[in-house]
Amino acid sequence: MTFEQITEILSCKKVGIAGCGGLGSNCAVALARVGVGTLILVDFDVVSQENLNRQYFFSDQVGMKKVQAMVENLRRTGSKVQVVPYDIKLSPENVVALFEGCDLVVEALDGADQKKMFIETILTGLPSVPLITGLGIAGWGNNSSIQIRKSENLYICGDGESEVGPEMPPLAPRVGIVANMQANMALEIFLG
Amino acid sequence: MRITLNHILAEFSQEELTVSGLLRERNFTFKMLVIKINGQLIKKEAYDTAKVKDGDDVMVLHLISGG
Repeated sequence: MTFEQITEILSCKKVGIAGCGGLGSNCAVALARVGVGTLILVDFDVVSQENLNRQYFFSDQVGMKKVQAMVENLRRTGSKVQVVPYDIKLSPENVVALFEGCDLVVEALDGADQKKMFIETILTGLPSVPLITGLGIAGWGNNSSIQIRKSENLYICGDGESEVGPEMPPLAPRVGIVANMQANMALEIFLG
Repeated sequence: MRITLNHILAEFSQEELTVSGLLRERNFTFKMLVIKINGQLIKKEAYDTAKVKDGDDVMVLHLISGG
């Protein structure tokens, strides 16, 4: 397929991304660049200085709402993507309403409890929508441990083990790999 | 019983187990889990009652922080 044929298919697709941090911001950029038509971006947080070491934001955006900064950054890539930003904290009550109508959903939340809530709510409320989660992204090296596992409509990207913490921070290369693996899996689902 | 647990064949001496029993057997002590049996999500409230039987396809996903 040529790039034009690919972007024609992707231009009709709507992808929802839960979280615009390390995984979400980088995944959004990859999908926007390759021609996905619409991105639903949900994050209640603001850009902070310490985010800049791995998240797709810039130093003049510190203090800005992440979803607003993403609108700006995606526009600057030259992508024609339509961005629908929601400055909202996700809860079991709003997840389905925010993401129904999406052809695919990317889970890019941070806390394990939020990830559990989101995955369970999508699996029960939108069971036919492919859900690509990022799990186990901390540290460096160990490229071969970053895998993708599939369980019906649920795709799990990451090493499944390395939990983020003070002695095991999330670092740009590994976070970028998992974020792009999520985007690449979305392409596999859309393009075959 | 023989089941598929996270894509791997697993054998147990019991004929059936509750989800809680399965977690104890395999020492899954983690708190944040997403569990499916034959494609069905099992919520935490049902871990003591939902049964795993011979031939079931079980996913136990351990959620960890980072994203």
